[in-house]
Amino acid sequence: MFDSLSERLGNILDKLRKRGALSEADVGEALREVRVALLEADVALPVVKDFISAVKERAVGAEVLRSVTPGQMVVKIVHDHLVEMLGPEESHVNLAGTPPVAILMVGLQGSGKTTTSAKLGLRLKNRDKKKVLMASLDVYRPAAQQQLAVLGEQTEIATLPAVLGEQPLAIAKRAMTTARREGVDVVILDTAGRLHIDEEMMAEARAVKKAAKPTETLLVADAMTGQDAVNMAKEFNEKVGITGIALTRVDGDSRGGAALSMRAVTGCPIKLMGVGEKLDEIESFHGERIAGRILGMGDVIGLVEKAAETIEKEDAEKMTAKMLKGKFTLEDMSVQLSQLRKMGSLDGLLGMIPGISKMKKEIAEANIDDKMIARQQAIIQSMTPEERRNAKVLNGSRRRRIAAGSGGTVQDVNRLLKQYKQMAGMMKKMGKRGKKGMGRGGMQGMMPPPGFPR
Amino acid sequence: MKGWFNRLKDGLSRSSTKLKSGVGGLLTKRKLDDETLEALEEVLIASDLGVSCAAKLAQALANKRFGTEVPELEARAVLAEAAAEILAPVAKPFTVDGAHKPHVALVCGVNGSGKTTTIGKMAKQLGDDGLSVMIAACDTFRAAAVEQLAKWAERAGCPMVSGAPGADAAGLAFEALEKAKAEGVDVLMIDTAGRLHNKTGLMEELQKMVRVLKKLDPAAPHDCLLVLEATVGQNAHNQVETFKEMVDVSGLIMTKLDGAAKGGVVVALAERFGLPMHAVGVGEALEDLRPFDAHVFARSLMGLED
Ligand SMILES: Nc1nc2c(ncn2[C@@H]2O[C@H](COP(=O)(O)OP(=O)(O)OP(=O)(O)O)[C@@H](O)[C@H]2O)c(=O)[nH]1
Ligand SMILES: Nc1nc2c(ncn2[C@@H]2O[C@H](COP(=O)(O)OP(=O)(O)O)[C@@H](O)[C@H]2O)c(=O)[nH]1
Ligand SMILES: [Mg+2]
Ligand SMILES: [Mg+2]
Repeated sequence: MFDSLSERLGNILDKLRKRGALSEADVGEALREVRVALLEADVALPVVKDFISAVKERAVGAEVLRSVTPGQMVVKIVHDHLVEMLGPEESHVNLAGTPPVAILMVGLQGSGKTTTSAKLGLRLKNRDKKKVLMASLDVYRPAAQQQLAVLGEQTEIATLPAVLGEQPLAIAKRAMTTARREGVDVVILDTAGRLHIDEEMMAEARAVKKAAKPTETLLVADAMTGQDAVNMAKEFNEKVGITGIALTRVDGDSRGGAALSMRAVTGCPIKLMGVGEKLDEIESFHGERIAGRILGMGDVIGLVEKAAETIEKEDAEKMTAKMLKGKFTLEDMSVQLSQLRKMGSLDGLLGMIPGISKMKKEIAEANIDDKMIARQQAIIQSMTPEERRNAKVLNGSRRRRIAAGSGGTVQDVNRLLKQYKQMAGMMKKMGKRGKKGMGRGGMQGMMPPPGFPR
Repeated sequence: MKGWFNRLKDGLSRSSTKLKSGVGGLLTKRKLDDETLEALEEVLIASDLGVSCAAKLAQALANKRFGTEVPELEARAVLAEAAAEILAPVAKPFTVDGAHKPHVALVCGVNGSGKTTTIGKMAKQLGDDGLSVMIAACDTFRAAAVEQLAKWAERAGCPMVSGAPGADAAGLAFEALEKAKAEGVDVLMIDTAGRLHNKTGLMEELQKMVRVLKKLDPAAPHDCLLVLEATVGQNAHNQVETFKEMVDVSGLIMTKLDGAAKGGVVVALAERFGLPMHAVGVGEALEDLRPFDAHVFARSLMGLED
């Protein structure tokens, strides 16, 4: 249901043949589309308004270079501003202080605080070699303390034993005392979920913060959050005071506009992203990635990064070069399918592929999974090299032969060819937009080349 | 903590002040022109109705009143009415079909949306209606999910079937249904692990649960409830679309309406999918579940007290 922004802008701006500076009228029309795109991505209205006026200021009068279309030019300006607003990459979790330092986790009910506590603890323990203690201050939700205890066992991180009837503030104090006694470096304080309009509960969080003096107070928020993200973040910041944001469920297919809303209204960096339910599924924040997602361009860079770990670099470059020329054969598809299999969970990857939102229905219908991929590869392998290079020659009798050879039906072959066509079309589109600069940045080529004047 | 009603009222008046200044400032000062309508649309957008749904409602208002002087309250009421019209056909309370023994309700949704809590609340209400309820703890994945549900079962005063952590959820569902049948229970509520709709593997696991239940009762599950939370934005569209396609969702429940988020996406969902909206969660306590009322919900979207 969501078109990518660049397509939308393309439709408007590609009509403009004239070159030179972008006029106010051109930009005005384009920005109406940007507004809709941002709102559909759940960026909060007041933030959208600020964003649009800032982009307008930048865009009106900007020179459109020969090498790009006005549409690409506007997308570039929008994208850059978005990345800038989303803030710097990889903000570190602040542990500066005399140990034990505390990290306080706050947020709405069910946002992912407990899971993120354990993920962060595991990361601090393994990557930063810290001695970590986790304590649950959630005395309200049934079995909340037990949940953290189980996660502590799974991660082999100490958790503060629960004492029946002890209140959150007292638990926090006991956690700090215990940590001091036991030479702990970092204490992670997991709290109960609370509504930002619940004054009593906000006061409780404030009191805990005052007692534990955390070096970080992280607001844990769901990437699927809608318009209220802006009020929620604002209230948590004003009433408790936060130093950073942890965005969870980034492994979903939400457009994640809440990230921009919260960042804009609090000025606090997004420090962590939860990308799955497992305890190692946590990452540092990547502005470019979230920007691409908010604009509906797929998690382009994320895909490239992940692929780079698996695919030999040369292969990748050959592939991108081909894509840019708009040449994408069945052979390439087969190579891609193998790489997909090598990269592991297909689920995770699918969400990252640009344009996938449109194909989602087909994917669901085709019921793509790893077995499916193997079957598709079998079909491609039953083709002659010529057929693989030039799908056009695949007439009815050839299709029947391939079906028999791969142990499937003609419908299976047709389905694969349909998918191939869609992929080839997608690649072609990307190629057209791209041109240069696809080296390591890979499919960033969707954007105009770097080194652009502002 | 405060009672649910006070909290709900607090929540409503808070957002209504916000809306008041939004709509009020516009409508008391000038006629209902293009600019005013756009501003009204934005108020709707801020409640998560989505761009196109908001435009549609604003258009309905324009059709009736364009160019006239409209008092603030009336403009809001007209908008609320338009929303209520869309919502009224889907406002259907959860009902138990006595023909099935047990009536099986599978409860699903994305992570943290409120499934477990809602099951606790529903079990209590059904029990109060004189039905015997059994709960199946089929979230075998999340840490302490079983212990959490056990607490709710205890509060609601009904038995629970559970397995070992990491056990096969479908196998457990099967066992639970067998047991519920043997004991002649009226309703079996099945809790499931939270799952994101875009995870094919997890969605297939849910489909497997459905398949396995059908082995014991071809009509089961008689209800498949999707739990959404009020804070959700436009991603709710994808959630409903996928869950519906994969496990044939029969109705929706929206939780956390005691918060500041209004859950306006429900209006767009009602238009697009027409799925019954059974109930809303308005707090964390056992009694904080209400039948969905189109009129009340629509008016609260516009910041109007009922
Ligand atoms: N304020 C409020 N909180 C709620 C409501 N319903 C559930 N919650 C809270 O939301 C959090 C998540 O609820 P759960 O019932 O555990 O949600 P779940 O969908 O079972 O979560 P997972 O099993 O972890 O996916 C808990 O802290 C609940 O207390 C509601 O209507 N209002
Ligand atoms: N898919 C996914 N699920 C998550 C992520 N973070 C947390 N969860 C799930 O969200 C649900 C609620 O998480 P929990 O940590 O209990 O939230 P809390 O109530 O804020 O403490 C659980 O089912 C978690 O497994 C994430 O990054 N991705
Ligand atoms: Mg928790
Ligand atoms: Mg649960």
